[in-house]
Amino acid sequence: MSITANEEFRPKIVAFCCNWCSYAGADLAGSSRLTYPADVKIIRVPCSCRVNPMFILRAFEKGADGVIMCGCHPGDCHYSTGNYYARRRMALLFSMLDYIGVEHGRTRVEWVSAAEGVKFSQTMNEFVAKITSLGKNVRLEDLRCRK
Amino acid sequence: MQRIGVFVCHCGSNIAATVDVKKVVEMARLEPGVVHAEDYQYMCSEVGQAKIAAAIHEKHLTGVVVCSCSPRMHEATFRKAAEKAGLNPYMVEIANIREHCSWIHKNIEEATEKAVILARAAIAKVNLNAPLKAGESRVTKRALVIGGGIAGIQTALDIADAGYEVDIVEKTPSIGGRMSQLDKTFPTLDCSACILTPKMVEASAHEKINIYTYSEVEKVTGFVGDFTVDIRKKARSVDMTKCTGCGVCQEKCPSKKAPSEFNRGLNNRSAIYTPFAQAIPNVPVIDREHCIKFKTGKCGLCEKVCQAGAIDYTQKDEIITEKYGAIVVATGFDTIKLDKYDEYAYSQSKDVITSLELERIMNAAGPTKGHLERLSDGKPPKNMVFIQCVGSRCSDNRGKSYCSKICCMYTAKHAMLIRDKYPDVNVTVFYIDVRTPGKNFDEFYRRAVEDYGVNYIKGQVGKVAPQPNGQLLVQGVDLIDNKQILMEADMVVLATAIEPDPSVRKIATMLTASIDTNNFLTEAHAKLRPVESPTAGVFLSGVCQGPKDIPETVAQAGAAAVKAIGLLAKDKLMTNPCTAKSDELLCNGCSQCANVCPYGAISYETKLINDHGIREERRVAVVNNALCQGCGACTVTCPSGAMDLQGFSNRQILAEVDAICR
Repeated sequence: MSITANEEFRPKIVAFCCNWCSYAGADLAGSSRLTYPADVKIIRVPCSCRVNPMFILRAFEKGADGVIMCGCHPGDCHYSTGNYYARRRMALLFSMLDYIGVEHGRTRVEWVSAAEGVKFSQTMNEFVAKITSLGKNVRLEDLRCRK
Repeated sequence: MQRIGVFVCHCGSNIAATVDVKKVVEMARLEPGVVHAEDYQYMCSEVGQAKIAAAIHEKHLTGVVVCSCSPRMHEATFRKAAEKAGLNPYMVEIANIREHCSWIHKNIEEATEKAVILARAAIAKVNLNAPLKAGESRVTKRALVIGGGIAGIQTALDIADAGYEVDIVEKTPSIGGRMSQLDKTFPTLDCSACILTPKMVEASAHEKINIYTYSEVEKVTGFVGDFTVDIRKKARSVDMTKCTGCGVCQEKCPSKKAPSEFNRGLNNRSAIYTPFAQAIPNVPVIDREHCIKFKTGKCGLCEKVCQAGAIDYTQKDEIITEKYGAIVVATGFDTIKLDKYDEYAYSQSKDVITSLELERIMNAAGPTKGHLERLSDGKPPKNMVFIQCVGSRCSDNRGKSYCSKICCMYTAKHAMLIRDKYPDVNVTVFYIDVRTPGKNFDEFYRRAVEDYGVNYIKGQVGKVAPQPNGQLLVQGVDLIDNKQILMEADMVVLATAIEPDPSVRKIATMLTASIDTNNFLTEAHAKLRPVESPTAGVFLSGVCQGPKDIPETVAQAGAAAVKAIGLLAKDKLMTNPCTAKSDELLCNGCSQCANVCPYGAISYETKLINDHGIREERRVAVVNNALCQGCGACTVTCPSGAMDLQGFSNRQILAEVDAICR
């Protein structure tokens, strides 16, 4: 199934947010009524270091068009060091995705604190715009998963 | 297979106005495992909770999904309700269809579709949930208060009065904080020292309070109820047990060129010093940077004149390790640096001062003995200009975006005091807005204008230019009369923005307490939990949480104390059962999980493993549930997939991913 650029393309986007900073930042964006497209669906994890690269690959395999991971700012991790591990893991994963030809903009890491509702909303708006411009993820989607 | 009940909340119109709640119910019914779905106006109400309980009983539910507000808001509420009805609380999951959906989307169709997907993800997760049981941990009945200003003192007194031991750690040589630097306090014009020093004395005399001055928190480990803290007691070079506080050493000290921190650098102090006369403890410290003995090895005069033999040049920093159940942060504030505000000529002229410097000038114990005079030539001023919002409410990145809150009131106070004591001094205040909410605050400001004839001009000052004759030329604008203003002043006072004390950054990192972009500590909930940090066991007192005046600080200090007491009064705490768990059959004992664990919760044991009939001794990882905080670092590190996190297992998260991408 191919989608041409003219049809309205609504990307599927998965956002992993750590419970302490980014999920709370998303809550603040919500209570401040800072809009971003409904294409973004958030999964709550205790810490960004809980995000297994496998989760991201699975999302792409299942047809996600973009995956973003948000955590506490470096140095501010609720568990002291979790986001440092997450950062290294994602750097490795992203370079592998790059190697196998997945466009760079389909994945993103952003640090959003509990007080940064505005940043959360801005980040999601930017990310959705980016994924929309990249179009459908055809490289990694496993069509057998659609059944 | 689970038997899941789905409960969709309208939240009045908060959710129902943008999400077709009935549709969510209808769609949820189609999901595997769902045997019951209903909606209700307010799920969190007693009636709503009763509906959940009734469904658990009637439909024999094994799992519950509540589609409502953020789990950070009501997860605990619904889990408690389920537990009361006999369901394991960890069989409840929340789909956040308010903060993450109805509040941010406008289109009903889109929002409904998203709500359905979020519900689906939660249902998919609950299908894989397993009952979890919380463990218990003990509570050390002792509190640590970081910061010895009015916030820290009040918190410590309140906790101590409830019968618990409290330690105060203060980085400067004396407790007292910013309040001890103030001359008078609004809106009653009480003398600051007169109301503060009795509290300082009370704290130091209290049998339950132990004060570490000239000390800093160096390391924090542990968690709520059981923190272990290293405190660095800096070398004072004076034996606190021997010193009588006579002050002779300070008089005789030949090195008197160190800028006085207490007087904001407006005058100098000796190298051996107490910050101010009422300092507690009244024991001086030697500033080794300025001490001749430490710089050259010669001098030693203080040792000679000290009759008590208290001077000890060999003293070294000491590390004290203590256990605490609760930690209160009361690190306070400082004024911002003015190097980005050259237009006010602060660095060029001694007669341009900050409001805190004016406090010291007005104070009888200050650098001018309380006489209002220009610091450049010692002459009394005739015209004074106050400039408001210097660095506050700033739209560019030079200053702070927030209102510092206290400046309008203290400027009215300064203006009033000056007009009262020196009626021939003309006082002009340039302001953007005058903000005086608070009991008797606006009346106070109006007195300054109406009774004391202070000239308030709505408008900002663009430039302060020092003139060759020593005058300051103030160029401003009057927005009401819409005209440019040029006036000469003898002194200009800048209402400088306040910011959290820079030390808070390091402390927040040690406590893993979250902090906002302005370095104010974040509260667990902006409205409902304003004195608690999201990090359990850490409480917030005073300006470290946001700008506030003395009455508000004292009120918050008391509130933080109550929260800490509530924690200390418990003998045991329930621990988070969402901890890591290792599958012994899969574990190959590689040690990678222990390497990434920040809590040292993973150890290795040699166990007899029965691997599909093959019995052998293997070295396997064992998680200590009392120490594990459930971050999940080990689960991703584990190369063999043996480590998993209960409550956020690989399968659960993958099920959520699948449900979202379906």
